[in-house]
Order: sequence, then C-alpha cells, then structure tokens
Amino acid sequence: MNSLDDVARRAGEWLRGAGPLHEIVISTRIRLARNVRGFVFFGRADTDTRAEIAETVQAAVSKALPGFTSLDLEQLDELDRLLLVERHLISRQHADSTGARRVAFDAGEVAAVMVNEEDHLRMQVMKSGFQIEEAWQQIDGLDDALDGQLDFAFHPKYGYLTACPTNVGTGLRVSVMLHLPALRLTNEFDKVRQAARDLRLAIRGLHGEGTEALGDLFQISNQITLGRSEAEIIDEFRGAVIPKIVEYEKAARQTLLKSRLHALDDKIWRALGALQNARLISSNEAMQYLSHLRMGLHVGRVKTIDLHTLNELFLQMQPAHLQKLQGERLNGEQRSLARAALLRARLSNN
Amino acid sequence: MGLCERCKKKQATFHMTNIDTSGAKQERHLCEHCAVEEGHMQVAKPSVDINDLLETFLASTKSAAGQAVNLTCETCGISYVEFRNQGLLGCPDDYDAFAEPLGRLLSEAHGDAAHHVGKTPKSLGAQRKSYEDLRRLKRLLAEAVAAEDYERAAELRDQIRELESA
Repeated sequence: MNSLDDVARRAGEWLRGAGPLHEIVISTRIRLARNVRGFVFFGRADTDTRAEIAETVQAAVSKALPGFTSLDLEQLDELDRLLLVERHLISRQHADSTGARRVAFDAGEVAAVMVNEEDHLRMQVMKSGFQIEEAWQQIDGLDDALDGQLDFAFHPKYGYLTACPTNVGTGLRVSVMLHLPALRLTNEFDKVRQAARDLRLAIRGLHGEGTEALGDLFQISNQITLGRSEAEIIDEFRGAVIPKIVEYEKAARQTLLKSRLHALDDKIWRALGALQNARLISSNEAMQYLSHLRMGLHVGRVKTIDLHTLNELFLQMQPAHLQKLQGERLNGEQRSLARAALLRARLSNN
Repeated sequence: MGLCERCKKKQATFHMTNIDTSGAKQERHLCEHCAVEEGHMQVAKPSVDINDLLETFLASTKSAAGQAVNLTCETCGISYVEFRNQGLLGCPDDYDAFAEPLGRLLSEAHGDAAHHVGKTPKSLGAQRKSYEDLRRLKRLLAEAVAAEDYERAAELRDQIRELESA
C-alpha cells in the first residue's frame, strides 16, 4: 500500500526525542481495552461475527474520530502489517491473527485504535518522553468520544469486561519505555527489577511480552487493573516508579563517567566504529551499538551525532522498515547488507 | 485451540506461564508429549518465587478448575475448563456464569479490593454517581490509613462495603 511506503521514512511523534526526561524515557503509552455489549469476545467469534464487530466499531470510529487513517488488516500484506507492529500501532498478535481486523490512527501516530485484537477495541495514546498525565487526558477523551457511539460491556462489580481477566476493571495499561544502558553495564539492573516487583509492575522488552531487551530498551507496565482507579494507577507511575528508575539510571551514568571512563568511552567509540564501518550487521547488533551511542550522546562524550538521527535509526534497523526503505523484499543476508549501508550513510563523518 | 509450538503437529494441551525471578512472563503451549520431553510434566516444585507465582493470574493454578468442572456459559457455550486452558473468556456473560471461581481468581490477580473503581460508561446513566462516591471514599480511606486515623478508616470502610454491595 502506497501510503505506508512514506510512513517508513519518518518516525512517529513518540520517537521525536522530546518531552520530560526524554534522555531516559523514550515514550509513554496508555491503552484502554473495551468490548461492545451484545457480541462474544473476538477469540470466540466466528468469521461472520468478527466482520460484524469490525463493521460496528468502524462505523463508530468514523463518526467519533474523523481524520483518523483507517486500515483493513486483511487488505495489507505481511510486510505492511509488520511495519505497523514495528511502529507500535498494532500488536504482533493483531498482525498474525485471522478474520476482520482493523486499525485507525491519527496523523502523528499518537492515538490509535486496534479493532478486533484480543478485545473488540484496544485504544492507545503514545507520547514522546514521560507525558503520562497528557497521555491519560487524551485517551480519556478518545474513550468518551467512542462511548458516545458504542455500548461498552460493563459489569457493576468488575467494571469494563475484557476477554482476559487480567485486564478487567479499568482496562487500563500504562507502558513506559525506558532506555537503561548504564544500569545494564554496571550490573545494577536488579534495582529496577526490585522496585518494579515491590509495586507489582511488569518489565518487558521492546515489543512486549516474551521479547528481549533489544538495545537496552525496557517497558514497565502495571498489572493490576481492578480495584484501583485510573488516577491511582497513573499517580503511582508519576510519583514513585518512573522518577526513581530515572534516578538510578542517571546515577549509574555518573558512576561510569567518574570511575570507569575508559571502559565507557571504549563502549561508545567501538559502537560508533562498528556502525560506521560494518558491511553486514544484524538488527540486534545494530540496536545494541545504537544504544551505546545514544548513551554517549547524553553523557556528552559524542557530539557529532544528533538524537533525532539515532531515534530514527532505532526504528529503521527493524526488518519491515528496512525493506520499505529499500523498496523491495530482502532475505536475511540482504537485510544485513542494506542495514550496514544505511548506517554508514547516516553516520559517516563527511 | 492451537497446535503445540514445539512439534507443531499435535494439539497443545499443556499451557504454562513461566515467570523468572525478575517477574518476566513467558507463555508456553505444548502437547503432552513435548511437555514430557522438555521435562515440564514432572516439575511440580516451582523453580520461581512462590509469591510471584500467586501474583500472576494465569500462574495461580489452584485447583479452581477442578471444583468448577461443570460450569458452562449459556450465552457463548464456553466451559470453565476451556477458559482455564486458553486463558481467555468467551463473552462478557462469563463473568456471571463463572462468578464464584472467577471471583476468587480475580482476588488473587488484582488483590483483595476486587471491585471496580474508576471510569464508567455513559450507558450507566444515573448509576454513575455511585462509582464517583466509591472512588472518593476509597481515596479518603487511604488518607485516613496514612494518617493512622483508624476510627475514621473503619467508618469509611463500612460505607464502602455498603456501596459495593448495593
């Protein structure tokens, strides 16, 4: 699809590299799970029912959210769906399942609504840096707008009903993406795990459940959705969790600067050297080097590269983006070749 | 129901959520044969922190399924056992059809305050106010506890219970 070819060339608003604490907090995402009364959940629905649900929700989205781009996932090929996954507009599960599925998103890719994922609706707002209150305000408005068009399944005791009971109640999931290279280099990551566990929060890799921490990127999210209001969940992130982890990472960066400067510089300059000279490079390797370079930039050791370029490269290293940029399908080795060429072009000295 | 992720031939009947000491979750769906091959079938003693295990909904494999074998939702036809195997409910009515065992699971997963506080849909009309009240009372209760004003906390707790049971 042509509209998606252009999409790969730029980064969404959430990768702008701005917003509070953006050196460490890449993005703040909030999602709400909702289902429409009168239908079985997606997983239980047959082909016709899935189509009917998609139609009902799409009609509401068109009315409530004019200006959103709406795509039918069944009309997209695998590569385009993967591109949307890499941009966090849909989940891998949404990309891979079957039956009528849609996604609608605004021009800045800040707000998006997945239709027929695990629940009938999964709305999300994703912002650059740590903007949890702003993200909540926006998604609250999105939910209100759709609530005017759809009758959401709601239970007097259990709140908003969801296919998986782990989401029931508010249906709210906050996911904050953090870049924590220094905590990893200093082997202090357990501090973060401890803080998260005490507050019953989950830590995951870049693409959610079961994924590795590519490029030292981690997502922290709440697990409890019932018995606490949206405001309470958000306050916990704002007041306790995120500022604390940011403080740990900053302290670890200072430690590296003060007592392990040679080791730190070695990591940073090796990363730059590899990225500027590699002829074949995997996405994992590229992400790891970009991570060290990003840290080098923020601690003031690297001055010749800007954050915007790095953030864009993080995205473009991934398979679907790379193939979109090349304008053709590539096998694994061809991708490694193209990836290395792209990095050399973007990060060369001249 | 899906196929075994290891052999990709037989039905996956063995479902497991692994939690490492970091709290990171990994789901596995295997057939019986592969589950034995990988040595999961004998692993009765958990190699993870028992508290973590309890805290995670799907991992809290108390024998609720055993006690609720016969429950089936009339609306969507899903049985409680099917739900436990796949981890997903079939329709919104399941929350009432499986009220007793599911209520217990929800308490384990979300803590003992397993009653919704927060946003409500417009369709609720005038009833929305009671949720507002509940939210306000819970906030006051937290404040009273923090201030160690237990008399006030007890009063508030009673008011909350009254509202929740209404």
